[in-house]
Amino acid sequence: MAGAAALTAVVVLSACGAKTDAAGGSSDAAAKADTSGDTVKVGLLNSLSGTMAISEVTVRDSLKLAIDEINASGGVLGKKVKPISEDGASDWPTFAEKANKLIKEDRVTATFGCWTSASRKAVKPVFEKNKSLLFYPVQYEGLEESPYIFYTGATTNQQIVPALDYLKSQGKKSIYLVGSDYVFPRTANKIIKAYAKANGMKVLGEDYAPLGSTEFSTIANKVKAAKADAVFNTLNGDSNVAFFKEYKSAGLTAKSMPVVSVSIAEEEVKSIGSQYLAGQLTAWNYYQTTAGEANTKFVKAYKAKYGQDKPTSDPMEAAYTSVYLWKAMVEKAKSFDPEKVKAASDGITFDAPEGEVTVDGASQHIYKTARIGKIGTDGLIEQVWDSGKAIKPDPYLKGYDWASGLS
Amino acid sequence: MTVILGQTFTGISIGAVLLLIALGLSLTFGQMNVINMAHGEFIMAGAYTTYVLQKSISSAGLSLLVALPVAFLVAGALGALLEWVLIRRLYLRPLDTLLVTWGVSLMLQQAARDIFGAPNVQTRAPDLLTGNITVIGGDDPLTFANSRLFILGLAIAAVVALSLTLRLTPLGRRIRGVVQNRDLAEVSGISTSRVDRTAFFIGSGLAGVAGVALTLVGPIGPTMGTNIIIDAFLVIVVGGIGQLKGTVIVAFVLGVLQSVLEYSTTVSVAKVLVLVAIVAFLQWRPQGLYTLRTRSLV
Repeated sequence: MAGAAALTAVVVLSACGAKTDAAGGSSDAAAKADTSGDTVKVGLLNSLSGTMAISEVTVRDSLKLAIDEINASGGVLGKKVKPISEDGASDWPTFAEKANKLIKEDRVTATFGCWTSASRKAVKPVFEKNKSLLFYPVQYEGLEESPYIFYTGATTNQQIVPALDYLKSQGKKSIYLVGSDYVFPRTANKIIKAYAKANGMKVLGEDYAPLGSTEFSTIANKVKAAKADAVFNTLNGDSNVAFFKEYKSAGLTAKSMPVVSVSIAEEEVKSIGSQYLAGQLTAWNYYQTTAGEANTKFVKAYKAKYGQDKPTSDPMEAAYTSVYLWKAMVEKAKSFDPEKVKAASDGITFDAPEGEVTVDGASQHIYKTARIGKIGTDGLIEQVWDSGKAIKPDPYLKGYDWASGLS
Repeated sequence: MTVILGQTFTGISIGAVLLLIALGLSLTFGQMNVINMAHGEFIMAGAYTTYVLQKSISSAGLSLLVALPVAFLVAGALGALLEWVLIRRLYLRPLDTLLVTWGVSLMLQQAARDIFGAPNVQTRAPDLLTGNITVIGGDDPLTFANSRLFILGLAIAAVVALSLTLRLTPLGRRIRGVVQNRDLAEVSGISTSRVDRTAFFIGSGLAGVAGVALTLVGPIGPTMGTNIIIDAFLVIVVGGIGQLKGTVIVAFVLGVLQSVLEYSTTVSVAKVLVLVAIVAFLQWRPQGLYTLRTRSLV
């Protein structure tokens, strides 16, 4: 067992190292981005290895696509954009360390990336302290408005609340909650429970598995025994693979007990295998099948660059959109300075693949249309319901009476 | 009632996974006292072998069957190579072995990342193994997942094969002889270095077989070995070093304990409680459940 002890010691030590690194250099003034040359650098901060790589590599790819397109059409304010890619390695202290490196050493003008809320929470103080901008492209649990983060994924009232409205409209009276054990699923489930209480839905159980866990037979048994009308799934990363394998093995199907997932998009469907997922529901703001000219163009460009078998998904679309929104903000501000960019952000619109999106300057979130989709046997997701119009972001759920006790 | 039976089956199936990943280690660590931190990466090699075979043989069922012997050979060859290049120079230096094999484990992880890419990959399970069989029908049916039954069968087959090999074959006799008294075995004309390498080949090969089984449960990735290795060492240490039956009993006991606690609490709490139980047990019996008694002085 000395082996295990030594291993743990090394892991703990390196984690400590990362922390000091991220917090170090607090005395010097905010690092100035370098915009003097005829190129500007931007940081791409994604997990290229570890349990989250399955999802985050695709986000990095679509960020690069947007940057290439922008460079091909003349760049931003006449300067070419040069991406610096860093690997967060699915490890939150590493994210903070790499964010620090991008800002201080590479002197990037803005950073795009992060997926899990744990990684966003880890880098948030780094961006706030250095007064540098982060564009975060993934749906999340809300209850946050950092002055230096732009949130281009959905907040709860643009994804989870509409999904619950949909389940209610389908006559589902009881739900079971399954999630990974970290900040997003726990906060999301707090919101779901408050909603359920106010809307006469029963929550029959709530289970969390450690991130990266692959042993789901007991959870599948518990879900089965609870006999809920539906399962609300906030698992992240590879755990979904093990969960859906076990779900099918336990004899549960989309017909007998549908699962609504908020972290499974086209890319994940492909790697989990549609044999386990066909008929299950997802809640997002964008699908590869979403109609519209901007999306046709995006899908075509993505496939041309990365391969015909590569699907496009919601976080990829939000990442792609975030680069264009940043470009529009910089051009409106006529400056790369974060404070001026922020001041110019309100009302910026972009004809995104998901439809037109508008930046809400006060919350630094964007207006988005909620969509529920059904996973098909071909691995694509077909929309079965949408909110009809872009929903105003409300990260603190101030507009909902039942949510008054939260946060 | 069905819940209790279902959970017991789940526990036994978790135990079967634990048993498979610990079995090879029971030979290399338990019998030969080599702390091989790269054991988890041999499991990974077995899993990736399954993935590669499925890419070339499109039938999921056939590729799984072919993968079992091929993964055994691939992981076994890796193990024998490791033994020949590094470990044989480090016998009786356990701490050095620990560091060296840990380095090898990091190298193998990086190799997997370079060859197969950083994101995890999956295999398709044959249709026969994605369903379940109903044991008790009715309103509250008790079902056993086919994939779990397959893993259980595989674990039992591996244990039987290993114990028969150790007990009945000349090779097994030689391995036991070397484990119990190396010097005496050597003066009796046994080539101990050859026996070491063969034992290491078998132990690592069993890790490869475990890797094939794990593809039915979860994803395949460069870091899958690190998640497993701790559990494997736990099973061996609690079971008692040098004894196969301790490994078997402890794997199933820990599996059932984990699943029962998981059902009544949560996954994370169950993990903590299992570890607390292990620590308490080792306070009471530091040598583990069973120990090998020999007349050798070391």
